[in-house]
Amino acid sequence: MSIYAYILAMALTTYLIRVLPMTIFRKPIQSRFLRSFLYYIPYCCLTAMTFPSILSSTASLVSGAAALATAILLAFRGKGLVVVALSSSAAVLVTEWLLKLL
Amino acid sequence: MNWNEYRAGVQCGWPVGVGYFSVSFGFGAMAAAQGVAPWEATLISLTNLTSAGQFAGLTLVVACATLWEMVLTQLVINSRYALMSLALSQRMGERIGLLPRLLIAFFNTDEIFALAMARKEPLTVPYLLGMGLLPILGWTGGTLLGALAGSVLPVAIRTALGVMLYGMFIAVVVPPAKKDRDVLAAVLLAMALSCLFAWAPVLNRLSEGLAIVVCTVVAAAICAAVLPVKEAQTL
Repeated sequence: MSIYAYILAMALTTYLIRVLPMTIFRKPIQSRFLRSFLYYIPYCCLTAMTFPSILSSTASLVSGAAALATAILLAFRGKGLVVVALSSSAAVLVTEWLLKLL
Repeated sequence: MNWNEYRAGVQCGWPVGVGYFSVSFGFGAMAAAQGVAPWEATLISLTNLTSAGQFAGLTLVVACATLWEMVLTQLVINSRYALMSLALSQRMGERIGLLPRLLIAFFNTDEIFALAMARKEPLTVPYLLGMGLLPILGWTGGTLLGALAGSVLPVAIRTALGVMLYGMFIAVVVPPAKKDRDVLAAVLLAMALSCLFAWAPVLNRLSEGLAIVVCTVVAAAICAAVLPVKEAQTL
């Protein structure tokens, strides 16, 4: 299938999700279950995408684990998005370089 | 057009634009590593403007998934934007008409939403439009550069850059999980389910994109039933 078909499907779905509530549904959601469900979605989704894939996304399990540990530690200490992202990236470089020396 | 308001909006979006640039560089490099052309990766970023959705979308493109799988995945992963648009819509008030709403909805990302809701003064159309400018440029430009550099850079640097998106996700999840035990429970549950779908026999035959959808929906539904949010928690 052409990649443009995928891109169109992605972009259209994402835009409709954003635009419909902003233009049509102006009433707040009443259902407590639905509000709770939507509240948990981003956290569950980001977690499911990150773990365990991050472990197998690099050349070795060790460097993937180093990226994970670095990111969790820095985020736990309240570091911002860019610092955490760049540091986990650096952790992979350093770990793989060290592994080569061994 | 009130240019003072527009300028204030652009200034407010500046740090988000810089952050997006560095992270989307990672997305571009990752897309290039998986065989997507730089122009195509840039088009994905320009038309979608969402990290998690694009990331999952890229996985599906590489796996040659069906279009329905793509639509379903985007629906689940990006459903949170519906809630944000709903909240932002209320905050914008009746004064703002349909046309500006059609534009503003396009770039309603997690970070822009958070900044817009945090503004003390009333939201105006020029301010909101100004906020979107640099994040859109940063996200699209970073992807293009990352994709171009991705085909030139050595493999070691490319794999290191690809981890940046994961780093960003972790940076989004950890602080609220530290503050709110319910979020921590949701995160741990999603993690356990995700491992199950990655490693357990039979379950690991499900495609990665669908596994993400199933883990997300199941974990969020269980948490919503067992740990419903209090009024103050939503947004």
